[in-house]
Formats: sequence, structure tokens, C-alpha cells
Amino acid sequence: MKRKLCMLALGIAAIFTLTACGSSDSKETLTVLNYGKYVDPEVIEMFEEETGIHVDYEEYVNPEEMYTKYKAGGIDYDVICTSDYMVERLISEGEALEIDFSNMPLKENLDDSYFEFSKAFDPENKYSVPYFFGTVGILYNTKMVDASEVQSWNVLWDEKYKDQIIMANSVRDTFLVPLKLKGYSSNSTNEKELQEALKMLEEQKPLVYAYLVDECGDEMIAENAAMALVYSGEAAYAETMNPDLDYSVPAEGSNMWIDSWLIPKTCKNQENAEKFLDFLCREDVAMKNFEYVYYATPNKAVYDKLDPELQNDKTIFPDEETLNNCEIYRCLDDESITLYNNLWKELKAK
Amino acid sequence: MIKQSRQLLAGPYIVWIIGFIILPVLMILYYAFTDAAGAFTFSNVAAIAEPIHLKSLLLALKLGILSTLICLVLSYPLAMILNGLHIQKHSFIVFIFVLPMWMNFMLRILAWQMLLSNNGIINTFLQSLGFSGINLMNTQTAVVFGMVYDYLPFMLLPIYNSLVRIRKDIIEAAKDLGANNVTVFFKIIFPLTLSGVISGIVMVFVPALTSFVISDLLGGGKVLLIGNVIEQSFMQGMDWHLGSGLSLVLMVFVLVSMAFMNGKGKDGEGTAVW
Amino acid sequence: MVKKSIERIYLILIFLFLYLPIGVLIVLSFNNSKSRVQWGGFTLHWYQELFRSRVIMEAFYTTITIMLAASIIATLLGTMAALGIHAMKRRGKAIMLGATNIPLLNADIVTGISLMLLLIRFTRLGVNTVLIAHITFNIPYVILNVLPKLNSLSPNTYEAALDLGATPFYAFRKIIWPDIKGGVFSGFLMAVTMSLDDFSITYFTKGAGVNTLSTMIYTEMKKGIKPEMYALSTILFLIALILLLLMNYRSSKKSSEAVSRI
Repeated sequence: MKRKLCMLALGIAAIFTLTACGSSDSKETLTVLNYGKYVDPEVIEMFEEETGIHVDYEEYVNPEEMYTKYKAGGIDYDVICTSDYMVERLISEGEALEIDFSNMPLKENLDDSYFEFSKAFDPENKYSVPYFFGTVGILYNTKMVDASEVQSWNVLWDEKYKDQIIMANSVRDTFLVPLKLKGYSSNSTNEKELQEALKMLEEQKPLVYAYLVDECGDEMIAENAAMALVYSGEAAYAETMNPDLDYSVPAEGSNMWIDSWLIPKTCKNQENAEKFLDFLCREDVAMKNFEYVYYATPNKAVYDKLDPELQNDKTIFPDEETLNNCEIYRCLDDESITLYNNLWKELKAK
Repeated sequence: MIKQSRQLLAGPYIVWIIGFIILPVLMILYYAFTDAAGAFTFSNVAAIAEPIHLKSLLLALKLGILSTLICLVLSYPLAMILNGLHIQKHSFIVFIFVLPMWMNFMLRILAWQMLLSNNGIINTFLQSLGFSGINLMNTQTAVVFGMVYDYLPFMLLPIYNSLVRIRKDIIEAAKDLGANNVTVFFKIIFPLTLSGVISGIVMVFVPALTSFVISDLLGGGKVLLIGNVIEQSFMQGMDWHLGSGLSLVLMVFVLVSMAFMNGKGKDGEGTAVW
Repeated sequence: MVKKSIERIYLILIFLFLYLPIGVLIVLSFNNSKSRVQWGGFTLHWYQELFRSRVIMEAFYTTITIMLAASIIATLLGTMAALGIHAMKRRGKAIMLGATNIPLLNADIVTGISLMLLLIRFTRLGVNTVLIAHITFNIPYVILNVLPKLNSLSPNTYEAALDLGATPFYAFRKIIWPDIKGGVFSGFLMAVTMSLDDFSITYFTKGAGVNTLSTMIYTEMKKGIKPEMYALSTILFLIALILLLLMNYRSSKKSSEAVSRI
């Protein structure tokens, strides 16, 4: 028995020494909060090597979770990347610090038109830096579905595709669809309109294979479903893995989303935060991130370096007409959020 | 006197209990009975009666009971077979069933996803043999399957442990006195394993009732259990008060199970999993 | 006979049920394609990538550290507690056992959330908070493994030793310890296993940049798991398997040696 314990202790010590190689003795730390798999890990390492600042990288799955984590106050974040309406919320609650763009010379690399779009949630472009953007649309399998069918959101209610439809596991993205079909705004807070939308979704539920977010990509690649409500970036990734897949933004209009970086007021060192954001705008860094994430980048310098084929890929880079037919999500007031959440629970519980 | 000083050994643990078991429960109570403004309210706890929440609770109960029963039905014969193998090192059996837990359970559930999905491995295999495929994914069945998979060892091991402790000579004595196998089972074996069965039921039912990860991964967003509602209130709905109120309701189930177990088990003997 | 073959088949089915997904994961760790459903050829690429990935290694290090630290501390506290509880009268015992059952029976979420609610009032979330949480849910397993062993001891032997002049510690070492060490060890192993596999509680009590394997896998589940995770899980599993076989082999050797000496 004693010998067993000794062996165990030796084994433990061995494991410790093996893995202890990873520990670092850092001076300064930058705490980053971002969506999952949204920055190339090599980029983080590059930043650490070039600046000597250690990065604590934290990920989350959806903006509401991020808000909860942030508000809980358990951790002091230095930079946060999140979606348009959540950025708006944080700004309106005074949680964002004004960015000193004079510390970010490489901001030049970003296309101004995306700052224009950002005015929807950051009216004076004082608090945010766009990171990736895209649309919401239908990813479909061309072997099972014809292109003409997916020009309207109605196809998601087609009985022919029972159990072959994936909707989004995100309240606003799923409600977007019936709201647009009925001609309402995706930012509607009108209870009557939302109830109508809920009714449509409840009718649809028996046809739905699953409510997924980013797992859609893998499911569509594996051909477990005929169509899915996805973000354009996810669609782009799926198309590279399965050439039978294609993407369409229906005519009734859809959502344009922009994910941006902001500096929260819990930031411990604004200079370092701005260094990091500037670093991300650098052409080689942004290129690495683009290749890793494969979502549309607002970085001109990167776009110009891409193959014409990629530049013209409507899935990743939507054309102007499509973008103009899209709405950006606005942040809703607390009452409306509760309403949306309750309707969402009702849908899920049905 | 010696006994008293020995009792002091539990001192550090008592401090720990108060700090990290009792206090957190008090925190939940606090959040459950207040609202965002800090005023006292019953609405968070009463929220369980709202149709949506009630539905999710009932669904969780249904799936939880189903999983527990299936685990029981699968485990009891299994325990008897294993006991019949007369393996000397009981811990070896225990290891075999605990070993899967060393591979992360989400990965294992993911693997089941791959196995069971429409174009997954099992379906491909069945279809190549000419059978029609099974369509299990993203249904309540899939969630029950996942629960049974995850919790089976917790039902098996207590039952096995209690079976193993039954002395062979008692059974032989009964047989000598003319009892047939059925009588031996119902009059001797089953009653002696009862504490193990109860322990197993509790160790499966409570986690099954309150799980949210399994329904998240295998339910395709279509199966909303009370665990999911609570998790969403905390992580997405940003309503900690509601979440705590609902959690209190869950804790009631816990207390009921505890009372049940204390009645039947002796000194925690039946609850030892090994 | 028929009964034996049915029993055998049943055993095999259950075994398959338990280990099939593990087999799939092991196979995938050698898959030369990122896809989950297509086989792209055999490769050790992911194993190499695994050791080069700083994030994964950090998560691994965190997991192992917490697992061992929490289990060791829990075993110490728990064993002491079991000794103390054993010496208590009925009412004290019942209260202590009741409190011990709370983390066991409480839903993972409730334990995790309640600890989080408490801890954020005093400190920032980080590795320490996860450690505290793990110790909290590990101690009951230790107690519930040690206590039955204590109960099956005859109280008189200990008293007799004391009467004969042994110090309490000596009596403990020579009389109590040999009988409970099996329980202590199995409690320790149980704690290690539960810590390794825990997700919910860690999820709520961790801080920024802190990741255990479980929480890392959860965030990755949504966007597609890195095959390096399959490789790491395979390694962990094989380590556990080897330890299991070793321990089994050694003790059966011991008992057969003991038999042959007679």
C-alpha cells in the first residue's frame, strides 16, 4: 500500500513538472472577453511575444451570457468583443470608455463605411471598433433544395422539409424570421406583433430538426438537415467543407450584424487595450484572423489582398443591395427583453 | 473524554460546511425572496406555477423518472450477473464502470451524437444492411438515452455493493430450508439490497431531474427542462432572482430525497458507491 | 447453457454501451480529417498539435492542479471529519450526515450558482474559487467512503490499545488506519474522478482565462471541437486505464504470493 502511494505521488510529481512548463511569470496582463473561436490563438501568442503583455483570454457563447458575466463583476475585463445591440447596451449604461483613436494608427486599415454602419449603435463612433460583420440567412443543401425556393423565408415553413430545418438557438435571430415575413421590424417591441411571430414559430416547431447556433455548420456539412438559419460566416465555413451547400439572404430582408471591440470601464490599462485593438487592425494579423474565422472583415487592407474569387463570394462578403435590405439589431429595454425571453421560453416548452 | 476530543477532528469540516454549504444556501434564499429592487417577494418562488416553468418541471420529472427506472431495470440484473461471476476484487468491477468517467462526459455525449445522428455511424451501418435508419436525435428519447448512459454507473455500483455484502451462507441456509430461487430472491436478496437500490435511485434521479447539459446537447434546443430554465435565467435572462426562486423549488426535491434516504439507510452505509 | 449465454450477451451489450463512444473518440483522435464523420486516414498530427497548443496545455494544467489539490485537501478534511462524525452521538451524527448530503444531492447548478453568488461578494473569481467549489463537493464522497469502514470496526480494539498504554496517534496508526485506508483511498479516487469530469460547478465559479478541460470543451462544442481535444482525452483515458490495470495486477500478484507462501 505504501509503495502504491509512493508511485502515485511520483506520478503526480511527474505530471506537475511536465505541465508546469506552460506557466509564465508575467508583469502586465490584458484580459480579453470574446466569442468562442473568434481570434486565432497564434495572434494572441504573437501579441504576447511582441509586447510582453500576457493575455488572459476568456470566451463566451452568446451576448446575454457575456453581459451576465460582465455584470457579475467577478472579473475585470480590459477589452470585450460583442455584437451590435449588446455594444449599444453597454454604451448606454456607461460601461464603455471612449477610445483614443490617436493611439490606434492602424485603424486606417478599416473601411470607413463600416464605421458608418456602426453609427446605428455607436452614434459618434467613439466607443467601438468593428471586427467582423455579416448577415443572417439560409444555408441550404443544393442537392435537396432548389435555389429559387430559398429566396423567401417561407421555405422554412414548407412541410416538404419536415425535420430537415434548423432554426437558431438564439431568441432574436429566430424571431427575426417571422417578423420579417410579416413586414415588421426585427427590433419590434409591439406585443401584438411578437405574439403573431410566436404563433408562426409554434406552427413551425414540428418541422424543426433542432435549434442550434454554431453547430449548424457541422450538421449541414454532415447533411443531417436540408437548410439552416445561420450567420453568413458560419455558412462560408460550411461551404468550404461541403461544396453542395449554398447561402441565400431572402428578399423580405434580414439582419446585418457587426461584432465590435469596446473597452469597458473595468479596464485596468487603457493604453495596453488600445495597443491590442491596434494590433488587430494590422494587415498580417487581420489576415490571420480572417483565415481562422472566415467571417467578413471590415479591414480594407486584408480585402484588397484576397483572391477575386473570395472577394466576390456573396456568402462571406454580402453585396450592397443585400446589406441595404438588412436591419441592425437595436438594444431593447428591460421590459421588452423580458417579453422576448418569456415568448422564447413558451416556444421552447411547447 | 476520548470520544469528545475525537469529535474535534470534525471541527475544520464543520467550519467548511458553514462557510461553503450553509452560507451559499442562504444566498440562494436571499436572492429567491427578493426582487431586483431588494424588496421582499414571493413571486420568484411562485413562478414555478407559471405554465412555462411548470411544463419544464413536469418534463424534467417525466424524463428523470423514466431514466431512473430504465437505469434500475438495466442495473439490477447486471449487478446480479456480476455478483455471480464471483470476482474476488470487487474494486475491479467498480473501476470498469467508473473508468468511462475519465473521458469527459460531454465528449462521450458528442460521440453518441455522431453515432446516432441521421447520417451517423449507426444509421450508415443499419442502412447498409437494408434496415431503415433510426431517427433519434434531438428528441426526448435522445435525452433519456443520454441520461441513462451518464448515470448508469451510479445506479449499478450501490446495488452491486449491497449484493456483494450478502453472505453466501444465508442464501444456502434458505435453500437448505426448502426455499426456491424466486423465494430466495424476494425474501432475502431484494430486501437486503434495498438500501443500495434506494441509494442508486437517489443518485440517479436528482442529477437527472436537474441536468441541463444533456438536454442542451442531445435535445437540439427543443427539450426545455427545469435545469435549462434555471441556467438560462442566470446566464441569459440575467434574472438571478427568478433563477434562485426556481432553484429553491429544486432544493425541496433534494430535501425530500434526503429524508427518504435517512429513513432507509443506516449511517450512510448504503450511500457508499464503492 | 442458455442462461449463461444470455448473461454473457447482456454483459457484452452493456460493455459496448459504455465504451462504444469512447472507442469512437479514440479513433477520431487519429483521424486525418477535421470532420466528425469522414475518415481521412491515420495520423498522429493531433497529438503533436496538442503539446504545442498553449491554451490546451494551460487548461490541462489547471484541470490536473485543481483535481489533485481539491482531492488531497478533501481527503484530509473528509477523513478527519469521518473520524469525528464516527465519534459523535446519534443527533450530532444525523445533522452532520444531513449537511454532508446537501452538496451530493443538490443539483450541480444550484451548488455552482450558490457558491458563485457567495464568492463574488468577497473576491474575484479565479482558480481559487474553483478550488473551493471542488473541495466542497469532494468532501462528501470521501466521508461516505470512509465512514462505512469506520462503522465496521470493532470499537473495543482501539480502546484496548489505549488501555495498554498506546498514545492515541499510535493506536490510530496501527489499528484504525489499516482498516480504513481502503476507504480513504477509494474516497480519494472518487474525488479525483468527480473533479476531473465536473462541468456545471466549474462553469459558474471560474474566472477569466481559467479553463478546465470540461469548460473548454463546452465552449468548443458550439463551434466544433478541436481534434486535439480528442487526443488529450484519449491520453487521459489511457493513463487511467493503465493505472487501473497496474493496480489490479499488483494486488492480484500480492494475494497470489500470499497464497503461495502458505
